[in-house]
Amino acid sequence: MMNRWRRTFFAASLILVSAGCTHKPGAVAALKPTGFGAALVESSGGKQIGPTGMVLAQPLVVQVNDEQGTAVTGALVEFSGPAGASFDPPSGLTDSSGQLSTNVALGGTAGRYQFAARTSTKAQKSVELKIEEIALGYQEQVGFQLDSKYCARCHDPESTPERVSNHDNLEVKPHPFTEGDTLNKMSDAELIAIIGHGGPALNKSALMPPYGYTLSKTEIEALIAYIRLISDPPYHASGMVYAQK
Amino acid sequence: MQSSSQSKKDSLSSLWQTLFGHPVRAFGVVSLLLLLFLAIAPAKNHFSEWRHYQKQYLALIRSRGDAVTLERRFHDHDGIQQIWLPQLGVVDRCTSCHAGLKEAGLADVSSQPFRKHPVIPHTLDQYGCVMCHRGQGPATTVEEAHRSTLAWEQPILPARYVQSSCGQCHRAPLTGTPQLNLGRNLLGRYGCVHCHTIKLPDGSAIKPTDDPPSLEHVADKTTREWIYAWLKDPQAYAVTATMPNFKLSDPDARDVSAFLTASSTPLAGDTAPVPQDQKAPDPTAGASLYGESFCASCHAVQNAAGNVVGGDVGPELTRVGTKVKPEWLRAWLRNPRVYDSGTAMPHYRLSDPQLSLLTAFLGNKTDSDLLANVHLDAATPEQIAHGKLLVTEYGCASCHAINGIKKPDNFAPELTRVGSKPLTQIVFLPGMTHAIPDYIAAKIRQPRSFGSALKMPQFSLAPAQIDALTTALLSLTDRAHDLPLALTVPAKPASNYQPAGKAGTLMSDLACFSCHAINGRGGDMAPDLTWEGSSVQRPWLLAFLKNPGTLRPALIRRMPRFNLSDDDAKELTDYIMTAYQTPAFDRDSMPSGGYPPAQVEQGKQLFYSKYACQGCHIVDTKVDKGYVGPTLTQVGSRLNAAWVYHWLKEPQTMRAGTIEPNRNMTDEDARALTAFLMTQKGSSKQEAKK
Repeated sequence: MMNRWRRTFFAASLILVSAGCTHKPGAVAALKPTGFGAALVESSGGKQIGPTGMVLAQPLVVQVNDEQGTAVTGALVEFSGPAGASFDPPSGLTDSSGQLSTNVALGGTAGRYQFAARTSTKAQKSVELKIEEIALGYQEQVGFQLDSKYCARCHDPESTPERVSNHDNLEVKPHPFTEGDTLNKMSDAELIAIIGHGGPALNKSALMPPYGYTLSKTEIEALIAYIRLISDPPYHASGMVYAQK
Repeated sequence: MQSSSQSKKDSLSSLWQTLFGHPVRAFGVVSLLLLLFLAIAPAKNHFSEWRHYQKQYLALIRSRGDAVTLERRFHDHDGIQQIWLPQLGVVDRCTSCHAGLKEAGLADVSSQPFRKHPVIPHTLDQYGCVMCHRGQGPATTVEEAHRSTLAWEQPILPARYVQSSCGQCHRAPLTGTPQLNLGRNLLGRYGCVHCHTIKLPDGSAIKPTDDPPSLEHVADKTTREWIYAWLKDPQAYAVTATMPNFKLSDPDARDVSAFLTASSTPLAGDTAPVPQDQKAPDPTAGASLYGESFCASCHAVQNAAGNVVGGDVGPELTRVGTKVKPEWLRAWLRNPRVYDSGTAMPHYRLSDPQLSLLTAFLGNKTDSDLLANVHLDAATPEQIAHGKLLVTEYGCASCHAINGIKKPDNFAPELTRVGSKPLTQIVFLPGMTHAIPDYIAAKIRQPRSFGSALKMPQFSLAPAQIDALTTALLSLTDRAHDLPLALTVPAKPASNYQPAGKAGTLMSDLACFSCHAINGRGGDMAPDLTWEGSSVQRPWLLAFLKNPGTLRPALIRRMPRFNLSDDDAKELTDYIMTAYQTPAFDRDSMPSGGYPPAQVEQGKQLFYSKYACQGCHIVDTKVDKGYVGPTLTQVGSRLNAAWVYHWLKEPQTMRAGTIEPNRNMTDEDARALTAFLMTQKGSSKQEAKK
């Protein structure tokens, strides 16, 4: 008699416990889209630069539009990316302005991170938007700091209240470091020469002063690593080409 | 029952007979068993995880162009790898699986564990892996090396906090660790160390840099209603306020405000009535006085778009008119050092009309919503007594000076070794990862989530600031404290330099150190003045102190005008010209003029062609446009010739960290350029016009 009661009690508590366990995943899966769009566009937060492993300063915001280009509320958007990177939240429904915002944490390796945002149309067709962010490793981080201190005043045409750009004051305009079309054609040796010995070393303007007596070899290498990483279009090292693994 | 036990016994004895009945057979069976047991160890070795990864690594490098070199380097060291550094307590076997860490040729491989290690200033052989990444160095399985187990509780440090490891040895800020530098700065700036003691390995302690105001005369300055509103939500008054929210209930906030007002003692001068001007002061005149005095260099104001614009040395002034009493404000502007002798605010020598203008201008910065719902009845003695109790319990006196309350010692737990706090001593929240970084971050993010009775207040911090603070705290490990001193890189010792005499008093009064550094002490908003006496000419300095013009038109922060008397300006000039001299050269070694015209012409050529100085500096306002360095139109009457010469030769030696590049100039070129620059006498009138 006692045994049977005990058994019933166990069974009941087992059911209760399992019900409690299954409750949570159920709530997550309940993210059902109430709207469907035809296009995904990036509102803000792409092409950011941040240190490896860290959350980017600005959230990534994407917008779902329908065929007419009007914002769609309640569309399900899912973010995905390479291992190591993460999104908070990884998926969600668009708000009343058709937008969804997520915080992007970069992975532990320096480089370009290709992310994808996906939403599906009414006909269950998947629409994808590619977003790129850049993660700075230790070396590129040092390069970034040196750029802000020594180079950006002339090489960055954008002014901020704290730092007025000198770009437009110069007779020969310096190349912004993102200008891959020009800088990717220059070898590392050429960049080392122009940074270390100034413009005349490559028959270019003397307005670019030499930094070889101010910066160390390691610092110049760090600067080049940074310039190579942020280049647009991306820089591909020439030299030995390996078979794909 | 009896029979079944009997039959079991029978079958057992027959098995025994079959196996060991005959000595030869028994020998064979025992040998076989022994062989099986002996095979366990080699089999475990053969099927081990690290061997599996080494095979994968070989397969990976075999298909590459430089396979031969890579394979040879790998076979020189296959098997279990170990980096053993007895001095650092490092026994790391990570390289057994992470086989490609040192291979520069594997830069394109992104799959772990074969990725090449990114470039850092240290090598694996010098420091091993766990010094920076934590985890269990001697482990040889993935699980044990990376995650915490019951026996070993050190999981891998997430990449976002990895800069904390640099901080174990490096006490001074590094270029490559901005997050760590920020975190250390915030520990002082948010006043964490008022309550939590943090001792550094060199025996010193982290000092707070937030300078919380004394509340001994707080009733002179503001109303009880404002104190109540501030206590309830400091960020509602100023979004940039560093004061945390203690989440006081309405009655508690009422009682604390009652006690603070009741314990405040009046200060002579604070209550002098504001003279009523005949005509209302011109509001635009007040705004321009605020601008001319460069108040915005230190104080921020929230603009219509919601952006906070201005410096962060002093408090935000968006709603200051709702906070301070006009009598107090006028007294403060007249001489802030009467109310707070250690304030970072300079003593502007403002005239009475100027005081009226500025008091009225700041008094108009109000927000009627802030105190709209605050209605407090007169305080009862019980409320005041309860307020005093609360002030003691919450440790308010750890930060603020309060009449009748002693500053408590070690109010909160010491954090000297918090980065190595044993996990067994920590109560984690349900669902939390059991790791130190998660615990510290959660404690900073929401301290009261660990218990509503906890006293630690809620700070208003951005996610990046929380990560930075966590990084700084994680660097306070046992290892950081136990490392041999020879292996640490100490911070520059803090300087307590204080100039002597009348000029010293004057410099404290003008708060020169809030912006300028001299002999290692002071702020970094304005140039270092350690060698200013060697750098400038006396008449220029005297005129500049009386009426500072701008040398760098592109800067928004500038030296304000302090309305110095002739005597004070002369006193300061004399002191600077005498005390702040570099031993590197004799300032009279070069004349300030009279250079041969040929040399001047040569200098001009060098300026515009070989060195292209016009890229950053302006000599001729009609032609030159460079805005990076200071304008040089009157450099010949501003700077000392010998200083110019030595600056051209070695700018970083003359002022560490300056961005003017060292051009490795020959003596002849430097002399010619000096000659040219010294002819640029300009005229102060022209300068003022710009």
